[in-house]
Amino acid sequence: MTPTGDEPEEGNTQLEPGTVLVNRYVIQDVIGVGGMGSVYRARDQHFPTVVKLVAVKEMINRAPDPVVRKTIVQNFEREANILATLNHPYIPRIYDYFSEGNRSYLTMEFINGKDMEAVITETAGFLGEDRVLGWAIELCDVLQFLHSHKPDPIIFRDMKPSNVMVNLQDHIVLVDFGIAKPFQVGQKGTMIGTEGYSPPEQYRGEAGPLADIYALGATIHHALSRRDPRLEPPFSFGERPLRKINPAVSLELEAVINTALQYSPADRFQSIDAMKEALMAAGRKTGALGRLASKTSPMSQSPSGIKPLWGFQCEDEIRGAPLYHEGAVYIGSYDHNLYCINAADGIMRWKFATEGGVVTRPAVFEDNIFIGSEDERLHVVSAHSGKPIWTYVTNGRVRSSPRIAEGHVIVGSDDLRLHAVNINTGRPAWRFETAAPIRSTPFVGQDMVYVGCENGDFYCLDFRGELKWHFKAKMAITSSPCVADGVVYFASLDGIVYALDARAGWAIWRFRMGKGSISSPYVTEGLIFVGSADNHIYAIDARTAKEAWRFKTDHQVSSSPTIYKDALYCGSADGNLYCIEYRTGRLRWKFATKGPITGAPLVYDDIVYIGSTDHFLYALLA
Amino acid sequence: MKKNFLNWLRGKKTKPLTAQADVSTVPLSEKQVDEVLAEGQRLEPQQVLYACGQSVGKQRDHNEDNLFALSLTFGGEPGNYPLGIFIIADGMGGHQYGEVASSTAIRTMVAYLLRAFQPFIANPSEALDQSIQDLMRAAINEAQRAVTQAAPGSGTTLTAALVLGQQVTIGHVGDSRAYAIHHGSGETLTRDHSLVKRLEELGQISSEEAAIHPQRNVLYRALGQGEVLEPDIFTAPFPQPGYLLLCSDGLWSVIPEINLFNFVLTAKDLPSACQKLVAAANEAGGPDNISVILIQMPI
Repeated sequence: MTPTGDEPEEGNTQLEPGTVLVNRYVIQDVIGVGGMGSVYRARDQHFPTVVKLVAVKEMINRAPDPVVRKTIVQNFEREANILATLNHPYIPRIYDYFSEGNRSYLTMEFINGKDMEAVITETAGFLGEDRVLGWAIELCDVLQFLHSHKPDPIIFRDMKPSNVMVNLQDHIVLVDFGIAKPFQVGQKGTMIGTEGYSPPEQYRGEAGPLADIYALGATIHHALSRRDPRLEPPFSFGERPLRKINPAVSLELEAVINTALQYSPADRFQSIDAMKEALMAAGRKTGALGRLASKTSPMSQSPSGIKPLWGFQCEDEIRGAPLYHEGAVYIGSYDHNLYCINAADGIMRWKFATEGGVVTRPAVFEDNIFIGSEDERLHVVSAHSGKPIWTYVTNGRVRSSPRIAEGHVIVGSDDLRLHAVNINTGRPAWRFETAAPIRSTPFVGQDMVYVGCENGDFYCLDFRGELKWHFKAKMAITSSPCVADGVVYFASLDGIVYALDARAGWAIWRFRMGKGSISSPYVTEGLIFVGSADNHIYAIDARTAKEAWRFKTDHQVSSSPTIYKDALYCGSADGNLYCIEYRTGRLRWKFATKGPITGAPLVYDDIVYIGSTDHFLYALLA
Repeated sequence: MKKNFLNWLRGKKTKPLTAQADVSTVPLSEKQVDEVLAEGQRLEPQQVLYACGQSVGKQRDHNEDNLFALSLTFGGEPGNYPLGIFIIADGMGGHQYGEVASSTAIRTMVAYLLRAFQPFIANPSEALDQSIQDLMRAAINEAQRAVTQAAPGSGTTLTAALVLGQQVTIGHVGDSRAYAIHHGSGETLTRDHSLVKRLEELGQISSEEAAIHPQRNVLYRALGQGEVLEPDIFTAPFPQPGYLLLCSDGLWSVIPEINLFNFVLTAKDLPSACQKLVAAANEAGGPDNISVILIQMPI
């Protein structure tokens, strides 16, 4: 009659495999057990054609007291709310939050891997210093992200090996934000944390950013010494010098950990940035940093390799890039066709035949697909049926991809003209005459049109097709420009990446590569990414024009990079599609096709689509 | 509960986690403040406004700081872009001829830049044959050569801002600073090439210790010191609406950053902001020469 803590058994037990939550998540297995409930691996049925796994964290509310019950739910909800606002590669993404009866659930990104405590326990002997250093630097990154959270820093407050997942690529993911909370200066909190890892001040309820630094030091100490601090007296790290236990640890790294573990917060690193800097300095000195950067993560080259979700075969090479629109992928091929393919299963919906090779990327506007072809035409077809809507004829092959803006489609042609065509009528609005073919794809931004030309000219036009300014590179500009923060970036066959003032056209900087490039730059977070015929993919700092990193492939990189979440995707003429962490330049995985890749990849909803000259369009999990 | 969370997921603005529940009136958002600011200051033609302040300070008997400011405006035909050159150089104490070093550096650099811009000024459709960053690098190298010749053994800091169109390119050596002040706050654009700052970056000392460290004037990179000079050069959008502040350590070492920004944000105009900043540095003891340039480019 009265619902109390003495609920029937089903209220307290683990969910059985096969249980379906909210008609969506099918429980597969238990992957962890915590104080309030279990963590499950489940499959998300909203993705019927792809196996999408999620982690479901359960909280069973057993408290009989209504006030306590409410507090428990609020705490769980707070974790959900904190996680929902955080977007970082080393923090699991959250998808959903719901309650059923006395249980609340949080569905999150499923991390395929093990927690660090399990890694420590299951490793015979000591973990390698390089590997632990790599984790430590990544943990600094994620703590730095939390500590610089606005409006208030978030203090994680429970850094320990069991709250750190190590994924198959050997990267860390911080889990369990149960007690993380925004930090307000001068505010005292209650002691929560894990004994052994928590610093002295946290016992007094004063956990600030320096508390996380201490706990990170304790975590690294545990990983390198195999001595669990929970089994030792609190604050006794000073009595267990790391190199006494594990002589393989370098002096440099030991010094950093000692600083982090100082009893008095004033003696520790004063910011997580300072700690990261010190770890990097130690890594540079021992050479670990160089080894970390050059090596591929150990798990990324599993012998089975990456398997495509599906592959779709055309009758000739694919040299262009795909487009995603409402469940379908559109791609042109040198076999003259534009294909419409089901994104879920790779089954063709329709194809549209032009009279020339298609090497461009399609564009979409209101369910119409726009595509240029070497038959000298711009074709517009219905996305649903593939039936032609209108056709616009230029006097040269169309190898520039159409760009849609403000009621017009703008496209270059080998007829030495840039064409602006009314999107509804297919009538020309204006044409801009140049001295050479235009194969670069125009960029439209801030009421301006930017495009490169095969003789090295670069143009900025206004929306009436009037020239605003002009710039001259030494060789052809096939690369398609992009604009960010008032600067336009493009590469040229003369081997230079140019940064020009977007309003006036003067050069802000030039960046020299080993060879020419027809790859189009991608700009994000102050970094420019671009490929080159010197076999490299470059990351260049947008402010300083300094190289952030470069990644070597085995052949020319004509493909253009694209960024999705924390990774860069780019093809190479060596036949591989590369997935590289864009902040560090570290290879995550590569996928081999049987021909050079010249087109750009497309990533949508965690799936990468890439065409290859081996005639296939592939869909891969990102 | 679920509703709230879904709002998060959809990116709807709900109360922030730390919202103060008892706020009775809604303050203007940052964006609104910026719009109000921008509205009141719209200038045609577009121009770079600036003011300067300088003082020998309370404890030195001569001034080793030098500063330079120039703003060019072309009104009339469209397609003209404002050009501004602003430089602060702080001759190194403890060296002979510190003031010779700082003035030589500035004059050499200005002469080089004006020569390079001459064709562009004469005909704006004439392209510069160097990129802006290359120009900055060349001008600093030229200044380095001149300082080494004119005052061997001396040294100077140098922080230069070249405003062209909507972008500002900073060239920087030493511990003078450039700040961007906008959105009600400020950020340091430059990084001090000082020993103490390095120790602080490495976590060896805290920022509090750095502020009183006996070696806080020791630079590891300065113009006129050493044969190879690696200036920091970078380009960023000019803070709009907002300000660019250049100053020597005689200002920033005695006024906490937050006060520095508040002086600028609350002053009635650029000249009074500069004078107040200099006065505040002197009130705080004026231990060193003080130089400041405050720059604004209304949209």
